[in-house]
Amino acid sequence: MPNIKTVFERSEVLTSNQFHYCPGCTHGIAHRLIAEVVSEMGIQDRTIAVCPVGCSVLAYEYFDLDVVQAAHGRAPAVATGLRRSLPEDRYVFAYQGDGDLASIGMSEIIHAANRGEKITVIFLNNAIYGMTGGQMAPTTLPGMVTTTSPYGRDTLQCGHPVRMSEMLNTLVDPVFIARGALSQPKHVIKAKKLIRQAFELQHQGFTFVELLSTCPTGWGLTPTDSMHWLEHNMVPFFPLQVFREPGHAPEAANHYTPDLKVHG
Amino acid sequence: MGYDANLPVDQAVPSPAPERLLMKGAEAIAEAAIRAGCKNFFGYPITPQNEIPEYMSARLPEVGGTFVQAESEVASINMLYGAGSAGVRCMTSSSSPGLSLMSEGFSYLIGSEVPTVVVNIMRGGPGLGNIAPSQGDYLQMTRGFGHGDQKAIVLAPASVQEAVDLMSLAFDLSEKYRNPVVVIGDGLIGQMMEPVTFAPTVQSTTEKPWATTGKPPTRKRNIINSLYLDAETLEKHVLHLFEKFGRMEAEEQRAELYLTDDQPEIVICAFGTTARIAKSAIKVLRAQGIRVGLFRLISAWPFPQQAFQTLVEPTSAFLSIEMSMGQLVQDIRTQVAGRKPVEFWGRTGGVVPTSEEMVAQVQKLHHKLVAQG
Ligand code: SF4
Repeated sequence: MPNIKTVFERSEVLTSNQFHYCPGCTHGIAHRLIAEVVSEMGIQDRTIAVCPVGCSVLAYEYFDLDVVQAAHGRAPAVATGLRRSLPEDRYVFAYQGDGDLASIGMSEIIHAANRGEKITVIFLNNAIYGMTGGQMAPTTLPGMVTTTSPYGRDTLQCGHPVRMSEMLNTLVDPVFIARGALSQPKHVIKAKKLIRQAFELQHQGFTFVELLSTCPTGWGLTPTDSMHWLEHNMVPFFPLQVFREPGHAPEAANHYTPDLKVHG
Repeated sequence: MGYDANLPVDQAVPSPAPERLLMKGAEAIAEAAIRAGCKNFFGYPITPQNEIPEYMSARLPEVGGTFVQAESEVASINMLYGAGSAGVRCMTSSSSPGLSLMSEGFSYLIGSEVPTVVVNIMRGGPGLGNIAPSQGDYLQMTRGFGHGDQKAIVLAPASVQEAVDLMSLAFDLSEKYRNPVVVIGDGLIGQMMEPVTFAPTVQSTTEKPWATTGKPPTRKRNIINSLYLDAETLEKHVLHLFEKFGRMEAEEQRAELYLTDDQPEIVICAFGTTARIAKSAIKVLRAQGIRVGLFRLISAWPFPQQAFQTLVEPTSAFLSIEMSMGQLVQDIRTQVAGRKPVEFWGRTGGVVPTSEEMVAQVQKLHHKLVAQG
């Protein structure tokens, strides 16, 4: 058969194991984008992944990389340990969901970012705890019904959703912080660019890519409705934006070097 | 062995130290770790062990290592998990409440078979307690202090020199078994100044084909993991761990027997600081004609039962002396299994028992034994 050529195939950075994710879940897209970036940069033999606890707890089954499985929320600390031990040419990335990163692991992510650890953190934000059965997450939207907010998230009791990218952007040392989405092709293409930028800047400092994601199972919606729901409800509160690039640090991130004298 | 400026930094040997140095226990522990090839230290400030991270923060950069002040003990132990996964020698130190915070990560280290060394300079508890010397974590440490079916070697030095020697042993054992090793001391061991001799600096020679350093095309990926969703598979993994724990129990028992050869009337059982004080008490008691000896645990886990069992027959009674409310005595009772009287005496709350108090306690027990004939 002459004129047949391969136009799409599994990245060689993914194993042939079948994803366990629910149909329509965007974890699969995120995995593929990371794998493609690692492949295109030619760094498969120098990349170490740190996987979280949550729906992506089995991510170590899917990346054909050396992988460390971290305790719930601790991926940035584990990545720190790896980063500080491995040769400088290695790439270390952590993959985390919103319960893992923005709730139990809030301390580890903030301090890894603040130390300027030379790692990349990919943050999947789908506004819910998927694996444990659809409980309220720190990123759950106001009024959103979950199994632990059956009357809708009450902001008087639970506060508002946490905006991680914005929060990390108050720190001086991160070099790249951006939020993308996985809800339609143009966003997916953009998300891959963000991941690539983060990996390319990793050896300069802390890099962070938040990806708005869907959880059709937890949200009780079809995969297609989930995509619409994400764009209609999440994007207004979690704007798609590059918050930090090298050399473009906002006011709050200006470096300050005191002379440490008693009087000026 | 001198400093060679031509060596790349990470191969540089530490500047030459005199054969014998006068050092504070905490600093000696840190220096011993570096000379055992420890490259990374992760820790969070807590009294009474701050001299260890302070020393490390000054010294590690000199030998091409890394010191990271973590945001919490939870982060420290997980950084250790990452560094250990990369195959480098690394350690943390903390004190009792910090170890409680580390317990989840410690269980992951065991479940994922990541070698590393954890130092616990124990302080008074429960709760915030105080910063005074204590042995109140004996049960917590010797039972494997995380969740699940797990165990780890626990070494208990009684002098600064022994702390130095055991640090290097701790790194070797952690790699030999791919399991974390704990070294326990207390504020007295940490603060005490004693002359110490260091063995020459070594680099780990253990092959680590399992380390996650980046997957070359020539091998399969390495996965550091403790998740086994299938019950039968997890059982198999735990049985594999217990095969290792069994070997540790058989091969890594360490104890000191002091004046126990003459059918002692009383053998004091103790470790660390209390064992050291007990030796002075024993000298006084021996001068009074009481045949008393000491069984000192060097490995708190595995319990040195081979050595201990040789004492049960010839000894009339055992007295467990602790800086806790009767923890070690539980193991002694198990070992004696009702064959001889086992008594406990201890101080707690950070109170260090004096040699005079120990003398009085032994005399009391001795009178009781004599009265009972
Ligand atoms: S529960 Fe939600 S996040 Fe988890 S795999 Fe299913 S759809 Fe994806």
